[in-house]
Amino acid sequence: MNKPVLGLLLGGALGALDGLTALISAPEVKPEIMSIVIGSTAKGLVAGVLIGFVARKLNNLAAGIVLGIVIAALLALPIALHADPVTGKAYFWEIMIPGSIVGLIVGYATQKFGRPAVARP
Amino acid sequence: MTLPEHALAHLQQVLRTPESAGERYTLHEPVGQGGMGTVYRASDRALGRDVAVKVLRGDVADAEAAVRLEREARILARLEHPGIVPVHDVGTLGDGRVFYVMKLVRGRRLQEFAGAAPRSDVLRVVLRVCETVGFAHAHGVVHRDLKPSNIMVGAFGEVLVLDWGIARVVGTGRAAARGEARPGLAAPASSGDPLPALHGVPEPDTAPGTVLGTPGFMAPEQARGEPALVDARTDVYGLGAILRAVVVREGDGRGVPRPLEAIWTRALSPDPAARYPSAADMAADITRFLDAQPVAAYREPLTERAGRVFRKYQTAILLVLTYLAVRLLFLVMRGY
Repeated sequence: MNKPVLGLLLGGALGALDGLTALISAPEVKPEIMSIVIGSTAKGLVAGVLIGFVARKLNNLAAGIVLGIVIAALLALPIALHADPVTGKAYFWEIMIPGSIVGLIVGYATQKFGRPAVARP
Repeated sequence: MTLPEHALAHLQQVLRTPESAGERYTLHEPVGQGGMGTVYRASDRALGRDVAVKVLRGDVADAEAAVRLEREARILARLEHPGIVPVHDVGTLGDGRVFYVMKLVRGRRLQEFAGAAPRSDVLRVVLRVCETVGFAHAHGVVHRDLKPSNIMVGAFGEVLVLDWGIARVVGTGRAAARGEARPGLAAPASSGDPLPALHGVPEPDTAPGTVLGTPGFMAPEQARGEPALVDARTDVYGLGAILRAVVVREGDGRGVPRPLEAIWTRALSPDPAARYPSAADMAADITRFLDAQPVAAYREPLTERAGRVFRKYQTAILLVLTYLAVRLLFLVMRGY
């Protein structure tokens, strides 16, 4: 499996999981859980594929992890800045911190695993 | 008048060094000693390079020994592999002693390398030895004297199996001609391209009861002097003894993972049928161990399996646990 595909799959899976865990950290969002999971999965897919492409070009564990965190944090930021339309509450850190950790995990995984790009003649 | 010790030692070395005046190769100091011959660093005047020359030792320089050394050179010349020293020339010195010329290899013997290198590096060297020996088996040759002092690790990571002086060509004898290939060795009709018979060159120990090899590293069938039972599994025993010797340093076997111990235990089985059928099979198990995969020689309990998987994916598992811990932390904070 190449690195962008690994990032896509891992980012999607962790994104979905990240969305579902909102039920644990903020049970009052239960009525909107479907849209949260879909949005979080989409965010994970985009972040994963971007981190995967970075890992294909850049073979450096520390830089891969940092870029993973930055990409995931940047994608999470617009969502974190919005207050919940139903409850009116803001969940800035509840979204930013786990979202960034997902980026860290995908950044680490795409650096350590996945087939690197093959040089073409 | 008494000579200083270093001058005396130099004179003794000069006297021991075979006469090479007028020859293509000028012999210098000895760099190794085998069962039959001494290896000297030498200068090749024709090509202007350093080479290694193995010369029959004076105390064993009879006709049979000469044939054996020539035979060793022929076997080596036919085994072209990165793990086997290439032979350049063969000839006879002015005093009638047979010699052969090979590439001069500089490096450390395996036991010396193993004393300073991490275990994973040592295992990779043993793996390369298994692959080289497996290559020889595919060509019908059994080494029969595998031990750490016959393994050289070069300065650039090259791994060479040395001293094929008592190697035996097994896949080309009468039994092979009848199509009775021995376990782990190439049959004449196989794709392994076995060596053709070395016409007129006798095997080193055709007589039953003759024992050649190194105690502690030779298989029981070899120690009993049963040449008819010698096959690839005889070398598998030697490989197991090497593995054990380089992993268990200075008699301290603590901290050796059980799967690794199981690999050499299987290779060192007194019954050849219970050993790995070939060096390639043993190499595959060492590779699996290095990749943190289950090895064929060891049935892993569930707890050990869980531990191995955890060690392999330690960082990834810790990252996921961190993520879950953060989620839990938010839950706890919310509760207060």
